[in-house]
Amino acid sequence: MKSKVRLMQGNEACVEGAIAAGMRFYAGYPITPSTEIAELSAEKLPLLGGRFIQMEDEIGGMAAIIGASLTGVKSMTATSGPGFSLKQENIGYAAMAEVPCVIVNVQRGGPSTGMPTSPAQGEVMQARWGTHGDRPVIALTPSSVRETFDLTIKAFNMAEKYRTPVILLMDEIIAHMREKVQLPDSSEIEIIDRKRPNCCSEEYLPYKPEGDLVPPMADFCTGYRYHVTGLVHDETGFPSNSTAVADELVRRLVNKVEMHKDEITFWEEENTEDAEVIILSYGGVARAAKSAMKALRSKGMKVGIFRPITIWPFPEKRLRELAEKVNTIVVAEMNLGQMVLEVERICNNIAKIERLNKVNGEIIYPEEIISKIEEVL
Amino acid sequence: MPSTLIEKYFRTDKLPQIWCPGCGHGIITRSIALAIEKAGLDKNKVCIVSGIGCSSRAPGYLDFNTLHTTHGRALAFATGIKMAQPDIKVIVIMGDGDATAIGGNHLIHACRRNIDLTAIVYNNNIYGMTGGQYSPTTPKFDKGTTAPYGNIDKAFDICNLAASAGATYVGRATAYHANLLTSLVQNAINNDGFSFIEAISICPTYYGRKNKKGSAVNMMEWQKNNAVNISAASKLSPEALEGKFLIGEFKNSPEPEYTGEYQKIIDKLKKER
Repeated sequence: MKSKVRLMQGNEACVEGAIAAGMRFYAGYPITPSTEIAELSAEKLPLLGGRFIQMEDEIGGMAAIIGASLTGVKSMTATSGPGFSLKQENIGYAAMAEVPCVIVNVQRGGPSTGMPTSPAQGEVMQARWGTHGDRPVIALTPSSVRETFDLTIKAFNMAEKYRTPVILLMDEIIAHMREKVQLPDSSEIEIIDRKRPNCCSEEYLPYKPEGDLVPPMADFCTGYRYHVTGLVHDETGFPSNSTAVADELVRRLVNKVEMHKDEITFWEEENTEDAEVIILSYGGVARAAKSAMKALRSKGMKVGIFRPITIWPFPEKRLRELAEKVNTIVVAEMNLGQMVLEVERICNNIAKIERLNKVNGEIIYPEEIISKIEEVL
Repeated sequence: MPSTLIEKYFRTDKLPQIWCPGCGHGIITRSIALAIEKAGLDKNKVCIVSGIGCSSRAPGYLDFNTLHTTHGRALAFATGIKMAQPDIKVIVIMGDGDATAIGGNHLIHACRRNIDLTAIVYNNNIYGMTGGQYSPTTPKFDKGTTAPYGNIDKAFDICNLAASAGATYVGRATAYHANLLTSLVQNAINNDGFSFIEAISICPTYYGRKNKKGSAVNMMEWQKNNAVNISAASKLSPEALEGKFLIGEFKNSPEPEYTGEYQKIIDKLKKER
């Protein structure tokens, strides 16, 4: 039985999705435009026997969810630009120590304090490279309220399956937009839990991977006494100064996402079969791109859209296939050109790439995309 | 042959530890293990969390659920563990720079919440792991590699800081006063709330050498000769206390514990439904 139709905000859909996925701990710090995620978590979690804490700062929020997740409790934090910067060190820790968790970043105008209540998409590259060192990255970007619900669940599932932090990269448009949604019944939702060890505690090697490169994870204080560190460590979990161990560890961490790229990477495309021009956009901007496509199609122009839903790892293979078929790819984004760098890397010398960028705190309007395409064609 | 205490609570295959000859950290770590033994805790239900620095290597040698986190953030990680699973006994080991400089914000707020964590600061008055820079507990005018002409910062009294921020159990001992330290840590473990123990260590390699404090033995003798137990201090004249420092139990005033208060909300909501 489906739930009734509701008018819901993006941030609210995120909390609904997190709870449906099994979130029972939230730690965070108030920041616009993500604060509703904290407020709703504070309201809903104790009703389910879960727990919420408002930490003293953004760094503490990130640290607390890692601690909670180590005990086996699905955990999330949410923030926005400045807070996302502050959380980066501990995001790297979660990647290194392989602790599943979800970090929501609702993008607002930057840099620095920027424009707290205005939308932007300035953290595409920060989501990829924000913490120091090489590490695996999974980042998902919704472009509707319902998709925020679905992707929050996916974010938890991927975090659990691959033992890694997953970033839900929202933007202020989607976070504060209200839409009519009908959420699925819990029986229709796939929930994935982390692999736990089957062996006895004496035989448990906490960082010994299985064939999928993911080691089974024991909950803290359940009889498996092991060590967790952000230092380079061997499969016992203890620090190592061996260059061979360091090389093997960092490569495995990156490869465990790389080898599952096909299951992790999602996108949406429309009218790409005969398209001469593709509008590549994501998040809130993808909605304007859809309107622009419809308007241009009605004028007889062969325009399609391509929308990465998983932005990291980037849907590289499919984009290259499309680039072979089209003349031009217009990359529209609310920054001065971030995802376009990836598009250029993948499609250079295959298709013409045009940029449409905006950083004034306003959304990109369909008319702007239309005139850009009319100008370049 | 390791003692039965070491056999029971240490990961003997990880020994010897990395600390310098003469460092006080080994004595403090042993006191913690002994306090855990005396408190009768189940090893499987104890989690030991640390930050970054010399002290933070202690959990690696201890046979519990151990977590070596990021610099200054041990209490924030520990807060997540305790909130998620209030049955876990969480002991947090930090250094002076770790707990009071980069982690100062987490420290005062963990105190304020009175969340049931046992925080132990190994205070060696210096950043040892990075090679001897001055910390918030380096005495004024003492030297460090980043204070070559003497440190002009005033040092924190970190026990006063913790007590005034709301910790419900506070005490101080030294590496020399290891028996006192054990009993303070044991009381701290038994306090259902945030407990703060300052364990004054010695760093002969950096702090001692930079400040001409002599050998490790000389530094331990200094601790012996200059520490005054708070219970004895009230009987001494101000002149007799000149240049001395206090050790002992400074605060023991239980208050409702944070995760227990949260549980009351959960229970109340359940009843109302």
